[in-house]
Amino acid sequence: MRPTEQLQADGNARLEDLDLTEAAESNETRWDRYRRHYDEFVRAPFLILWNDWRSRVGMLILLLYLLMGTVGVLLIEVPYTNQAERWILPFQNMQYPLGTTDTGQDLLGLIVHSTPAMLIMIGAGSVFSTVIATIVGTAAGYKGGTLDRTLMIAADTMIAIPGLALIIVIAAVIEPRNPAVVGIILSSHVWAGLARSLRSQVLTLRDDSYVEASRIMGISTPAILAKEIIPNLMPYILINFVNSARNVIFSSVGLYFLGVLPYTNLNWGVTLNSAYNSAALYRLDLVYYIIAPLVAIVLISFGLILLSQGFDRIFNPQIRAKHAESASEAAVDEGDDSSSRNVTVGQ
Amino acid sequence: MIQNYYARRLGMSVFTVFAVITFSFFLIRYMPGGPMDYMIANLQQQGLSTARARELAATYTQVNPDQPVHIAYVEYLGEILTGSLGTSMWYDKPVADILIAALPWTLFVMSVSLILSFTMGILTGAVMAYRESTRLDSGGTLVSTFLTSIPYYLVAIVLLMAFAYQLGWFPTGGRFQSNLSVGWNAEFLLSVLRHGALPIMSITLTAFGGWALGMRGNSISVLGKDYLRVARLAGIPERDIVVKYVTPNAILPLYTNLMIAIGGIFGGSIILEQIFNYPGLGYYIYESINARDYPLMMGGFILITVAVVTTIFVADVTYSYIDPRAETGDSRETY
Repeated sequence: MRPTEQLQADGNARLEDLDLTEAAESNETRWDRYRRHYDEFVRAPFLILWNDWRSRVGMLILLLYLLMGTVGVLLIEVPYTNQAERWILPFQNMQYPLGTTDTGQDLLGLIVHSTPAMLIMIGAGSVFSTVIATIVGTAAGYKGGTLDRTLMIAADTMIAIPGLALIIVIAAVIEPRNPAVVGIILSSHVWAGLARSLRSQVLTLRDDSYVEASRIMGISTPAILAKEIIPNLMPYILINFVNSARNVIFSSVGLYFLGVLPYTNLNWGVTLNSAYNSAALYRLDLVYYIIAPLVAIVLISFGLILLSQGFDRIFNPQIRAKHAESASEAAVDEGDDSSSRNVTVGQ
Repeated sequence: MIQNYYARRLGMSVFTVFAVITFSFFLIRYMPGGPMDYMIANLQQQGLSTARARELAATYTQVNPDQPVHIAYVEYLGEILTGSLGTSMWYDKPVADILIAALPWTLFVMSVSLILSFTMGILTGAVMAYRESTRLDSGGTLVSTFLTSIPYYLVAIVLLMAFAYQLGWFPTGGRFQSNLSVGWNAEFLLSVLRHGALPIMSITLTAFGGWALGMRGNSISVLGKDYLRVARLAGIPERDIVVKYVTPNAILPLYTNLMIAIGGIFGGSIILEQIFNYPGLGYYIYESINARDYPLMMGGFILITVAVVTTIFVADVTYSYIDPRAETGDSRETY
């Protein structure tokens, strides 16, 4: 306010005009910039993804889980012991469409109410590992020398430590309860592999002419990394983001199933564990109790894989060239030369 | 040069083990409410005096809480390097004895499934790449994708339920039939295979799809390379092209993933062996967590790391025969 007050002393009307035009101008440019960013980073990638059946199915599956975790929990009652008769078979009673468990809990409720914590875990874990990996990988690859060696020794050490055993030891000692913390612990070792592969991508990028140009112009290293290097790696980073999300699901369900993580939230792994310890293991007619959490786990993981394959197809220049007509022209501006191969490996 | 490379890899492996030992030392001793505190509190509750409880905790964990840090640390390192991992509180036996007996079983199941899934995956992937865009390829891709999206322990549960509990074709647990004499006789080996079959199958089934997809993608991109066009024009038989050029070049990029998979697959033994009630390394780690038997847990963690590090080292050394360029690296300092 102070500059305006000062200027008001000179001439009110003229300055108000000036103020207005300035505001309008900056508003307009900002608005334009937002629109451009929206087109570039949201609309175009979305349309491209939507064009490929894999990523379309993947996105729909993830949307289903998002709805389940947000709206579903409001519509469906929190399950509790003896809320209904025990062992109601699925599709018999519309109040409990997936049937009830050995303790008379609504199976659908158990599945739905596990989703929010799961989504938080997945989000926290994959953001954490992707961010660390991106920083370590790009810095090591770009700077080279001692920094590179040190970071890569750290990464190689991390790769050689059996991740799940490490997590189990940490989890057993600190007993995490907050889903976000659980997610971060579960992906605390995942960054190493990704950092290594990002580094080798950066090695091929760092001597490109446009990067060299920025360097000669005296642009600082972090700025070059953020503006020139990382955008080129984005497809690769995205794919790995999705894969580390899958990793969080795999290990969290596994550890909840084992009972290594404290049972604070509902989780598909917990449901699976109680199913495994009930009569459902021996009786074919009760097998739905095991199948329901199993489907919940496999479906979200399948959705994530489809999405990452969709990413891969769009950003991979070799595949893209083949399917040039199916991908829209916007895809051409993205992902330049960074050949991103989606190597999803089982473990 | 190559000796140099081996030496560096060996140094890395030793460093990894050292890092794990250091980590476990600090976890035991300094974690607030961690193993040391928990153990001492527990022993005190059993009616022991504070001094006696600390003394006992020290013999269990090999870490003496009354010593200054650096001395306790050096002693702990020394103990572990001589193969002494402390005493299990639950089994009341030396941790090393329990784990050494369990280790071969885990190695057996994990390495067989790793080799099986890798070979099967590579073969399937190569075939799919050659038949690209045919029905075989799209079907194969879909199946591989689907299999990859299933965690191995879910397959384990389903297999166990179907083939062991419902159909009774396979045993529901154990490493071999207990009434057989242990040794190199056919009956015993057959029993070992029967008991190991389901665990091996659950890892192989879920892991091979990932390898197949990776191999398919790599092969397709190698198949598009110019030098293959030249090779074909030069009249090199297709068989030679596949065996000499396409396959090796497509396998090489899978290497990093193989390294990561080794760690994952051994870590996975903790869940897998629990489901199949298969007393290997992972089984004891799990039991130790349940019983709050920290010496056994730490010992298991250290030993499983050594197993993984060794496997990776072996894989690495054999790999550098396949690809002489392995990890020459480009780490010159530039910018």
